[in-house]
Amino acid sequence: MSEKDLKDNELSDSVDEEKRDFLFITTAGLAVAGGAVTALSLIDTMNPAKDVLALSTTEVDLAPIEEGQSLTVMWRGKPIFIRHRTSEEIRTANNTSVSDLKHMASDESRVKNPKWLVVVGVCTHLGCVPLGQKVGDNKGEFGGWFCPCHGSHYDTSGRIRKGPAPLNLEVPPYDFVSDDIIKIG
Amino acid sequence: MKEKEIDNSKGISGWIDKRLPVFTFINHNLRDYPTPKNLNYFWNFGSLAGITLVIMIITGILLAMQYTANTEIAFDSVERIMRDVNNGWLLRYIHMNGASMFFIIVYIHMFRGLYYGSYKYPREILWMLGVVILLLMMATAFMGYVLPWGQMSFWGATVITNLFSAFPIIGDYIVTFLWGGFSVDNPTLTRFFVLHYLLPFAIVGVVALHLVALHQFGSNNPTGIDVKSEGDTIPFHPYYTVKDYLGLGVYLIVFAFLVFFAPNFLGHPDNYIPANPLQTPAHIVPEWYFLPFYAILRAVPDKLLGVLLMFAAVLVLFFLPWLDKHKIRSANFRPFYKQFYWLFFINCIVLGWVGAMPAEGIYVLISRIATLYYFGFFLVIMPLLSKFEKTTELPSSISAAVISEKFDNKEPSTSESYVK
Repeated sequence: MSEKDLKDNELSDSVDEEKRDFLFITTAGLAVAGGAVTALSLIDTMNPAKDVLALSTTEVDLAPIEEGQSLTVMWRGKPIFIRHRTSEEIRTANNTSVSDLKHMASDESRVKNPKWLVVVGVCTHLGCVPLGQKVGDNKGEFGGWFCPCHGSHYDTSGRIRKGPAPLNLEVPPYDFVSDDIIKIG
Repeated sequence: MKEKEIDNSKGISGWIDKRLPVFTFINHNLRDYPTPKNLNYFWNFGSLAGITLVIMIITGILLAMQYTANTEIAFDSVERIMRDVNNGWLLRYIHMNGASMFFIIVYIHMFRGLYYGSYKYPREILWMLGVVILLLMMATAFMGYVLPWGQMSFWGATVITNLFSAFPIIGDYIVTFLWGGFSVDNPTLTRFFVLHYLLPFAIVGVVALHLVALHQFGSNNPTGIDVKSEGDTIPFHPYYTVKDYLGLGVYLIVFAFLVFFAPNFLGHPDNYIPANPLQTPAHIVPEWYFLPFYAILRAVPDKLLGVLLMFAAVLVLFFLPWLDKHKIRSANFRPFYKQFYWLFFINCIVLGWVGAMPAEGIYVLISRIATLYYFGFFLVIMPLLSKFEKTTELPSSISAAVISEKFDNKEPSTSESYVK
């Protein structure tokens, strides 16, 4: 046995297990924390970037849209359906009994001005764009929109009435900047 | 020491291991793997290079999600990464400086191999696979530098691809083929992007082969003496995992310092000017890690010869195991080789330095002398030393080298206390 080994043996008898555990746990803990922070900031690069977020509002001039006409605009890469509803359409939307609906919501709760319905034109089933914006389109059994992918029917308030979609067409956040201009987003 | 057996009959891991021996593999290669007990910190650089490769691939994949390989918008898409993408600046700076760190690590790794004779029998293929990795890294780094489409990107790409025009007759065809056109343009950028994304995975493949070749005979060690008994080794875990872990910590501190405090220190400001095919920057230099080879290129007044010498400077490394046939591996026991080695090391630094200087006056002379020594070291000095160099006395074993000579006779019991 060498001197060095004798020393080693002495040391191994007096190993402070608690100190070792402390060192082990703090080292591992620091590595995990550092790794997690690094991983999170790297994953965050995949979230919407500043320039994407900057494009998240759209202003629309409603003045050229006649009663009964529709307009589709883009907002965050998605179509927004704007419909200038006729008084007939408003009446049927209001006369529908809320409790009969699959996704209960009154027409009032879905508009800021009853003449204007603004909804996200994406079917709540699996993301197709429903028909009903153009003159010749099939508007479905309830006079609103009809999704050709899997046959969901929406009424004149954009509410789901028939078919597989679970929810009403989403109402995006928007405000009337003036009587004729809305700002979506 | 005996490897810990994994019980195939027990538990989920046993069930899996019997069918797919992953746990046996990990145990064999990362845990009980017998490793010479005298490795110094220069043996950290292999694992550091591997970790850097992983860092580069992860940040690279994330960058590729934001980057657009089109000459019209490539530069802007990189600026968008810097300004608009969440932590995009961090992502790009890690990747940018990671390339430099990768080369520092790999160069140290190679100089270590050169000093301790790690390329000698029976590790010739291990060394040659390493040179393949170096070549792939150089190609990948060069093409990556082109992607931001700044002035240095564009003119670097032009100059490097034009190297091939030096070859008689076929030269111009090769260059047109590389460009996919008649100048460095959009087709060049898109193919460079594709290859820059592809080659790292090729590197991963060669690294796997490098490791297989390494584990065939195990690591070399500072004495260069073969492992003779179990007492010469210690298990990889925990002894070298913890040593690698400490080295990694120090490395990441240096890396992070560059990224956070001097992210553009190793770069060139001209690359923040969008590429302009009508104007070459006044002073064009490659990235620092290519400078020694660039210096060799410029040292020669003849175009073709310069290009050939530059390629030869890398390719000569393939023949190293047959140029240096001296039986003793470690320079510690080769008094003459040791001196020539350090001169070679300084010579490489000098080459790098003159590579960054303008190609005129005294710099040309220095680069010529340095080029001469670069090749002289491999082609003349090494073969001559193999024949004539007398070595100093070698220790009888790794353990004997570790323990001072006077306790040598009781060696086995000594090593046991390490193995426990």
